[in-house]
Amino acid sequence: MENANRHFREKVRWRWLEIAFWLCTLLPFVVTPNYLSLASQIAITALFALSLDLILGYAGIVSLGHAAFFGVGAYTAGLLAKHYLGEPLTGLVAAAIAAGIMGYAMSHIVVRFRHLALIMLTLGLGLLLHEAANSASALTGGADGLQGVRVGTLFGFKFDMFGRTAYAYSLAVLFVCFLVCRRIIHSPFGLALRGIRENATRMPAIGAPSRAHLRKAYTIAAVIAGIAGALLTHTTSTVSLEVLSFQRSADVLVILILGGAGRLYGGIIGAVIYMVARDQFSGINPQYWYFWIGLLLVAVVMFLPNGILGGLARFFPRKA
Amino acid sequence: MAQDIALELPQGVRYALIGPNGAGKTTLMNLMTGMLAPDSGQIFLGGEEITALRPDTRVRKGLARTFQINTLFPQLSALESVTLAVLERNGDAHNWWRGLPRFGAAIDEAQAILDSLKIPSTKETRELAYGQQRLLEIALALATRPRVLLLDEPAAGVPKDESAALFDAIAGLSRELTILFIEHDMDVVFRFATRIIVMVGGRILVEGAPDEIARDARVREVYLGKAHA
Repeated sequence: MENANRHFREKVRWRWLEIAFWLCTLLPFVVTPNYLSLASQIAITALFALSLDLILGYAGIVSLGHAAFFGVGAYTAGLLAKHYLGEPLTGLVAAAIAAGIMGYAMSHIVVRFRHLALIMLTLGLGLLLHEAANSASALTGGADGLQGVRVGTLFGFKFDMFGRTAYAYSLAVLFVCFLVCRRIIHSPFGLALRGIRENATRMPAIGAPSRAHLRKAYTIAAVIAGIAGALLTHTTSTVSLEVLSFQRSADVLVILILGGAGRLYGGIIGAVIYMVARDQFSGINPQYWYFWIGLLLVAVVMFLPNGILGGLARFFPRKA
Repeated sequence: MAQDIALELPQGVRYALIGPNGAGKTTLMNLMTGMLAPDSGQIFLGGEEITALRPDTRVRKGLARTFQINTLFPQLSALESVTLAVLERNGDAHNWWRGLPRFGAAIDEAQAILDSLKIPSTKETRELAYGQQRLLEIALALATRPRVLLLDEPAAGVPKDESAALFDAIAGLSRELTILFIEHDMDVVFRFATRIIVMVGGRILVEGAPDEIARDARVREVYLGKAHA
């Protein structure tokens, strides 16, 4: 029976490559101190992609409206900082709660559908929210964005123009959320999610309340997306309507597919590649940089169906 | 389709459900497990009405099934699959804050089920031999600790010499368990069933002990006669 338990322990164990990866995330402080704002954007995008991975990669819920939760988090943090309290950690918690409540409410509709209907449904709900924020300009600032967001200090550190605090903050929150996701994936609930992805027909036949599982996963993913949105508000001191846009929902999907869905690090790797590529290519030609992303996406989907990370994983086989 | 079905399955009995293709055998199984809703009628499990319950609720109350076509978790290991079924049964599957290795009792139970059916536990399901996958179908159902077990052609696609071993494993299951299996091989049916139900055209033609069924003129005519012609 000891062998049986080892089968599970082996999967939970931290690998050297993982530890090395997280140490590398500290490098920008030393190696590219002029790019810390970009690094912080990458960490936020990675967190957003991680949240999508939880529902897409593990539970198999395809969403084209995931920006809804990112946006709710961003606006919650922004409105709180503008009108009441600029302290960032309170803003994070408020954003997480607001996005979580919305995610839980929407989950009751979303888990009833699959495939194309699900994609259209999440797309529709995302568009609805985008337009609602646009028309409620008294509250959100509409197309001009939310102005006058005053973010306070974080443990006495100001959000400086070099982005040191911003990156430290974003990276720390990303890491904590990653730890939570990693724990979820290796819990019984995480196993149930993988069961739903692997065979949704079988789950009820082993007594699994699949919809309850999916509602929970969707809510947790919404919470994390909301936290990512709040990070963007705190590190940029503004909220634009773009946080709720269809483009953002589509981008995060592209990022996750590029990196590799269903493997925790896929969204993070995808975010690094996507954001660095955008930064570099848009420097060369600001109008047509998406051409290269499109090319990369086509190449990855054709030749690396499990994403870039899935392709790399072939070179680092797990010990049985 | 299936209609006008009146059926009682006492504890511990091994039922074979037979009948020509399209007789409604799988439909009856889908009605019992809640995968199809009946237009009328009632279904009871151990005295409790379950007609309105969802399939997963029925499973938790002790009514499990297997599938004619493998309906497994291809990229989970056999051990992960059966552990999941155990965790769903004992209510731990909702737990999202504790690591799986800490659920040692569930893992051990899953391992014991796999050992009893001689299924390699750490291989991914998709890497298992077909016959082992058929056994895993049964292992998943057993992990729910059923009172009634419905097996939809458990040996479908398994060569005849291996299907005997598979049915030996089924015959070795607890005598507390009520089993209903759909099977086309008459040798297997008459060897393992203690009662036989014959369905034709969506209705139950006759139900009885194997020797009664073998002597029944109607059965010979519509079913055995054709099969043994």
